[in-house]
Amino acid sequence: MTAPLQARGLSKSFGQRVAVQDVSFTLARGEVLAIIGPNGAGKTTLLSMLAGALAPSAGELALSDPGAIGWVPQQAAVYSKLSVAENLRLFARLEGVVDPDAAVAKMIAQTGLRERAADEVGRLSGGNRQRVNIAVGLIADPAVLLLDEPTASLDPRQRERLWEFINARVSDGTSVVFATHDTAEAQRYAAQLLVLADGQALFTGAPAELGAAQHEADLERAFVAFLAERGH
Amino acid sequence: MALRALLGKDLRILARSPVLVVLLIVYPVVIAVLIGLALSSSPARPRVAFLNEIVPSQATITLGREQIRTESYERYLFQAIQPVPVHTMAQALADVRDGKTVAALIIPPELPEQLASASGSAYVDVIYNGDAINQSLVEEAIESKLAQANTLLAAQLAGVADGYINLLLTGGDLHFLGSSYNVLGLARAQTILAAALAKLPASSPLRPELQQVEAFAKIAVSNLGGSKQVIGAVASPIAAHEEVISGRRTPLNDYAVAVAVSVSLMFICILLASGMLALEREENTLGRLRRGLVSKGQLLAEKALLAAVLAVAVSFAMLCGIGLFVPLGWGRIGLWLLAMCGGGLAFAALGVAMGAVVREVRAASLLVLLASLPLVFLALVPGGSVSSELDDVIRVVSAVFPFKAALEALDAAINQSQPSLTVALAHLAALIAGFGVLARLALRP
Repeated sequence: MTAPLQARGLSKSFGQRVAVQDVSFTLARGEVLAIIGPNGAGKTTLLSMLAGALAPSAGELALSDPGAIGWVPQQAAVYSKLSVAENLRLFARLEGVVDPDAAVAKMIAQTGLRERAADEVGRLSGGNRQRVNIAVGLIADPAVLLLDEPTASLDPRQRERLWEFINARVSDGTSVVFATHDTAEAQRYAAQLLVLADGQALFTGAPAELGAAQHEADLERAFVAFLAERGH
Repeated sequence: MALRALLGKDLRILARSPVLVVLLIVYPVVIAVLIGLALSSSPARPRVAFLNEIVPSQATITLGREQIRTESYERYLFQAIQPVPVHTMAQALADVRDGKTVAALIIPPELPEQLASASGSAYVDVIYNGDAINQSLVEEAIESKLAQANTLLAAQLAGVADGYINLLLTGGDLHFLGSSYNVLGLARAQTILAAALAKLPASSPLRPELQQVEAFAKIAVSNLGGSKQVIGAVASPIAAHEEVISGRRTPLNDYAVAVAVSVSLMFICILLASGMLALEREENTLGRLRRGLVSKGQLLAEKALLAAVLAVAVSFAMLCGIGLFVPLGWGRIGLWLLAMCGGGLAFAALGVAMGAVVREVRAASLLVLLASLPLVFLALVPGGSVSSELDDVIRVVSAVFPFKAALEALDAAINQSQPSLTVALAHLAALIAGFGVLARLALRP
């Protein structure tokens, strides 16, 4: 089966500054990949390139279906003056979804926002706004979902509910790439780990492999030691 | 499809921004009413204490056969001021000091005597309260009306002089100090002299002297007639015969209408275009849209179209509102809309170029105000009123930004002024293309 997403030698420079350098990985169907790294490592830039929001300076991206990527940026990218349903309907139409109304109804049901569907997004709590943000990313039923620090602004209960929702999609075959600072979250939900520092991919493999390489059961300690060894 | 979806979304957002909607509706209505009232009403007249010290029995001056009533000249001054009658000088001074009036105008009792003596200028006294702006207003108003009164008085005095000259030339009755005298007149004197000379023998010793007197009478008759024209010219030494060979002939009021509509069109258009584009960044949706959902061109065109259509609608309503106060050529309504569409699209192109470089709606609004106001002022600087180097700089700056071209298009459409609407629209089309390219280059996720 063709991998839904393959990155080969992806690089991005802004003038003289290299933000991402020669990053490669393959994502299988239903696989979850976590991108971890210190601040400024290039995680958001890499995700933006995968989403098609930024053109790579070099390298290539192979998608099994060019329209099969759903993107959930770190900051909610929705219109605060539109209601939940209106936001979803707008993006469904822009994504070219065949039956926008059905897709909207499905996403509202899946995200548990039925009672807030008519509310303006600007009046929702941070957690609910993030749910709308994710729902917009999933509205076209993408094969790959890209999430940039999806739980950064959520409390533990909201985080738990969000991951339940994402895992349900993964069970249905959706592949997920998410960037995070939370190594526990990466250890818990990701099958694959990509450690990024100064734009370079320093490690690609299972979280357990990183722990084993550093002789640490705890991923956070292993990650910090790994970076320290490489001068980060 | 994408364009329609985005337009619908933006209209919905605008409809849910009550402050913005109120501003969009109220602003042009208020401006239209203010401009209409300003153009259709007389300017406010400053309140001035008025004291006429001329004794009523001396208010009429007799100059020759002419009777000049000094009160008849008061009405010229009263066109410029709102007179507040007072009875004493002390009351006039008190009113000025207390701020009840901005000035006092005093007609001294000796004015008729000064006028009648014709030995020099007669004076009226004006007292100010020391407020520079008010003083300037009253000064200008009174001086301009005094100039009018002087012109009329000079014409009347010229008429008196004309009567005396006629009397000298053709003769007639002169009434002076209650007595009546018959004046022979130079023309009749010349005739009598010619008849007397004809009867004199050729050898008469009186003939050379009489011939000299007859020659003088002849010269006096022909030259004194010419002096009447000189006196007429003194009453109105310079009069302008106006002819416009190129450029505008639009009355200032009609030009003000074009300026007001252009300013509204500009602000609504640039603010909306830049604001709605900046909103995409502020809401973080620009990146989401730009990942293949909407092209740069579609996004910019949608914002520009939205701003232009709404701004044209509002400005058109405003122009119609002004039309209730000021006569406009309603038969040219199609050309108004054409000019507004050209101007609106050019302003919208500038707006999206501005919106593309800023990250927030507030920053976009600030940029619009900071950039637009000086451009308006520059475009309104009359050519030739500054040094030629500065004039060249102003021309270039005004040509690069759309306000001047939009104003010319609207002025041509409303007032049929020069340059023609076609030239102005071609200029606007070039600016739309230029700012469109700049906006594309500046728009980054």
